[in-house]
Amino acid sequence: MELDAARPDAARLDIVVSGLASDAHTWNLVYLQLVLEEMGHRVTNLGACVPDGLLTSRCGQAAPDLVVLSSVNGHGFQDARRVIGPLRARLACTPVVVGGKLGVDGTGGHAEALLAAGFDAVFENADAIAAFRGYVERLAAGVRS
Amino acid sequence: MTGGSFGDFVARAAAAGELVVQPRMGVPGPEGMRAGLAAVRGAGVRAAGTITVDSFTRVGDHLAVHQALATGAELNGYPIAAHSPETTRSVLNGLHGADFPVQVRHGSACPQKIVAALLAAGLDATEGGPLSYCLPYSRVPVAESVRAWAESCLLLSDARERGARPHLESFGGCMMGQLCPPSLLVAISVLEGLFFRQHGVDSMSLSYAQQTDPDQDAEAMAALRTLAAEHLSDVDWHVVLYTYMGVFPRTPHGATALLQRSAELAVRTGAERLIVKTTAEAHRIPTVAENVAALVTAGAAAARAEPGGVVEDTGVLAEARALVDAVLDLAPDVGIALVRAVERGYLDVPYCLHQDNAGRTRAFVDGAGRLRWSRTGALPLPAGSAVPAPDPTADELLRSLTHVERAFDRG
Ligand code: B12
Repeated sequence: MELDAARPDAARLDIVVSGLASDAHTWNLVYLQLVLEEMGHRVTNLGACVPDGLLTSRCGQAAPDLVVLSSVNGHGFQDARRVIGPLRARLACTPVVVGGKLGVDGTGGHAEALLAAGFDAVFENADAIAAFRGYVERLAAGVRS
Repeated sequence: MTGGSFGDFVARAAAAGELVVQPRMGVPGPEGMRAGLAAVRGAGVRAAGTITVDSFTRVGDHLAVHQALATGAELNGYPIAAHSPETTRSVLNGLHGADFPVQVRHGSACPQKIVAALLAAGLDATEGGPLSYCLPYSRVPVAESVRAWAESCLLLSDARERGARPHLESFGGCMMGQLCPPSLLVAISVLEGLFFRQHGVDSMSLSYAQQTDPDQDAEAMAALRTLAAEHLSDVDWHVVLYTYMGVFPRTPHGATALLQRSAELAVRTGAERLIVKTTAEAHRIPTVAENVAALVTAGAAAARAEPGGVVEDTGVLAEARALVDAVLDLAPDVGIALVRAVERGYLDVPYCLHQDNAGRTRAFVDGAGRLRWSRTGALPLPAGSAVPAPDPTADELLRSLTHVERAFDRG
């Protein structure tokens, strides 16, 4: 197998990165895209304020290996909980994760409810990026290989 | 109830040598919003009040607002279009007036409903603009935002019939919050001011946000005043400075010092108004008490600061002028000129993901801490405006984004 930085094709994931319906922030999305591309994956970045319908249809068309949702405006918990149902209806088995600042009071604590609602992982702590890299590494190692 | 004019209030403060300070504050419920405004009014500083609108209302998702209100879910601001005009009047009653004007802040590319709601509640001051509330805030096509803002300006200026003097602020000085070089911020502010004037608004403010270097910022503020004086001599205008709008220091001492530097910059450069940030900025929505503390800190720092001082010319004015002139040359109608300018990449905001933004420009914080272009795409800038550099890695981008945070948290 290849030993250089480029990933073997089998472990290269197609990933959709997206903001949620009410959130305008995009530096989080730009940063996540770079992190994932540097890990050797292919990213489609849907940008900010993505309405639920657009998110589900774009994900349905793209049939990605992973969907990464990010929100920092404080409405993330509500936006994420609302959209996961329709997303699951299109992508029954695709891992879907969410992270950022999901509430308005900085205390976190939204993971349990979002996991119960259908997310595969929730990243809202200080070590979110490190934990997320680990998650994606494990996924890449197990996918199509 | 007409509350006296926002522009006059700021002009009176400036004549008295006082900086107007203003929070960013939105509380979902009417009682909480009223208590917040009362606390700002009673803070013992020359303050203007703020009603910040929540993000569901900003993007026009009124169903989500009603669901949140019905279930008691958290909102990140005051849903002004969902509360009735009577409710908002009761929030303002006895607080809002000639000595305490209130501005509605929203971040909406299509703000007609918000403008109608604030007018119905007796208010007449708000902010934004067809580019500054479109490119960083939405996926609405620029042409549609231009139409929506033209309509909103007309709605606002109609309020003159009831004896008000409506005031509109351009948010152009805050594009993306960070990593947008000063000349582009200045140019967008001036161009949005021209757009407001074309659509009947005759009292306005132009904004600029504190960036990474105080001398570069002073130069940009001087450039903004020069171009505003040249282009907007027939309307009432003032300059509003924003405390740093990018990734904020996490420590109380770092956040406080950055706020103090912005108040000093405001006085040094003759800004008439300052929008503050709190020690909670890096973490969560601030409380009313944190907002009041920030106003007091900023007011005290401003009172100690000295106006004037030397401003070096490193080319910000020449760049901003080149951008404004090239855009105005595209069409006699400012709105059409803005749409064409974005199409051609004459206005191209670094790192902005909006589908209409050309996306061919990049900027970074250089070794001396100044904000510089690394790629200028099709921007009509003088030769030599950019320091070519490869596109940043994730870590390098984060280093530029956190330059200010790290400097102040260390300090
Ligand atoms: C820049 C900025 C803006 C810019 C954004 C420009 C743009 N298009 O991106 C502007 C000025 C436009 C803006 C607007 C608003 N903002 Co703002 N903004 C910020 C600010 C200052 C910096 C954010 C930033 O750029 N960070 C850099 C990126 C790289 O990091 P990040 O977003 O924090 O994400 C990190 C982690 O959260 C994590 N992460 C994020 N998502 C995900 C997802 C996954 C899967 C993983 C693993 C990790 C992860 O990784 C990132 C790197 O560590 C923050 C405060 C701060 N941090 O200092 C406020 C802040 C995020 N904004 C806030 C708010 C509320 C708003 C507004 C609603 C206005 C308002 N009421 O104040 C509007 C948004 C309107 C809307 N429709 O949503 C609040 C959110 C409050 C909360 N969640 O409790 C903050 C915290 C400020 C505050 N204290 O009030 N903002």
